[in-house]
Amino acid sequence: MIELNDVGYGFGGGDLFSSITLDIQPGSFHFLTGPSGAGKTTFLRLCYLDLQASKGELRIFGKSFAEMGRDDIAMVRRRVGVVHQNCQFLDHLSVADNVALPLAVSDLAMDNDNLDQLLDWVGLSQRRRAMPPELSGGERQRAALARAVIMSPDILIADEPTGNVDWEMSQRLLHLLVELNAMGKTILFATHDLNLIRAAKAQVSARVLRLRNKRLQLAGADL
Amino acid sequence: MKRWSQIKSLVDGTGSGLQVVVPPSGATAWLTTATAGAMAFLAVFALALSLATTRLADRWSSELARTATLRISATTSELAAQVAAAETVLATTPGIASFRVFSDAEERALLEPWFGPDLPVDALPIPKLIEIVEDDTGLDADALRLRLQGEVPGAVLDDHTRWRAPLVQAANRLRLFALLSMALILATLGGMVTLAAHASLAANGQVIRVLRLIGATDSFIARAFVRRFSGRAVAGSAIGVILGMLAILALPSASTQGGFLTGLGFVGAGWILPLLIPPVAGLVAYVATRMASGRTLRDMT
Repeated sequence: MIELNDVGYGFGGGDLFSSITLDIQPGSFHFLTGPSGAGKTTFLRLCYLDLQASKGELRIFGKSFAEMGRDDIAMVRRRVGVVHQNCQFLDHLSVADNVALPLAVSDLAMDNDNLDQLLDWVGLSQRRRAMPPELSGGERQRAALARAVIMSPDILIADEPTGNVDWEMSQRLLHLLVELNAMGKTILFATHDLNLIRAAKAQVSARVLRLRNKRLQLAGADL
Repeated sequence: MKRWSQIKSLVDGTGSGLQVVVPPSGATAWLTTATAGAMAFLAVFALALSLATTRLADRWSSELARTATLRISATTSELAAQVAAAETVLATTPGIASFRVFSDAEERALLEPWFGPDLPVDALPIPKLIEIVEDDTGLDADALRLRLQGEVPGAVLDDHTRWRAPLVQAANRLRLFALLSMALILATLGGMVTLAAHASLAANGQVIRVLRLIGATDSFIARAFVRRFSGRAVAGSAIGVILGMLAILALPSASTQGGFLTGLGFVGAGWILPLLIPPVAGLVAYVATRMASGRTLRDMT
């Protein structure tokens, strides 16, 4: 689904990381962890084609990023759901409109029942008319998750989605991602919260990747 | 109230569908609409000027091209004989359809603006005027002048060329200036919309980032801005055109005394032409925003 062959990325003359080779298989669940500044967000941005690797090749859905035009990238992003720690919304639109925005962008019709079910699934059915600035941190994350999955993407990339929420909300978000994985979606979840990863291990068979010393390693039993 | 809100949302470009992705921008939106309105108002006058000068040039060309005036200056005792001799010459000159000696009353009317109504024409050595109308074959003015030199020494032939040509040229220049003004007005509108679109794109950087994140193509994002600015330009210019047409209607009607200025306006089907300004303004705004957004989105990586 996402293949990285000897990928490196750097700026300002130095490498943030280098020689990363990874194949993310369909239906898999990967955690990405590492200390702050290790390059987790940058790595994820490479995966959803927001950045171009300095070296090596990144392929997604069988196509090389280097060969993609701007429209090709947009089409790929319709198949990749993204949730950020500081999720951004269009503040002049309601929660429901924001969640349905990917459908509008793709010229697809919105089914109100599906939208209701989705908002209900993330626990925001009572907040559908609220405006984004009125939402709490946890509500914003759940709204972002709903927006990320409304197009039924093949892969979901979450960048520290639990960074600004309490433990209970982290568990709730994790549970939603586990449910999505059970539906066959591929999940790539960046977090520095090792307790959350440990808690997840009871619910899902996940690989844990660690960015350290400019390299991506498969984390072992120390977790 | 609901109707007004629908109209307002149309003007704002916040109506529905695609356009909702661009947040309303308050005063900037109304500034774009108002500028488009002002430009359209000016365009109506430029158009009216262009049409009026076209009519004027045509009239001066056609009405004066086929006429000439013969002026006979002589002492009172010789004047009648000279007029009779001139009539004989004119009657035998090819290319003349008709000629007519101005009566004393007509000459008095011509001089009335300068000397008042009670001018004693009989007592003054005023030249006699003969109006000549050419036929389709045309008059050889130089040959006629040679004949008159020999047979009517006091006669001067004026075929109007001397003063008609600069008038027609002036009218044509005015028409050119009016058309140039319209082009400048449209170019200014395009420039203004380009600046506004650039400002709006820059101000909505976060919106564009979010849209790209969820898979919006550049053409989708550009369309959202293009529709908004085209809509504002059309709505603003429609208001400007209506006000401009009302102002033209309020001008005094054409009259001989008023001359050119009172003829400034539209005649017959000419009233349809200003209605083309809003679609043209919309097209200009469309092209300007399309180019601005295309360039900005390409640079926004």
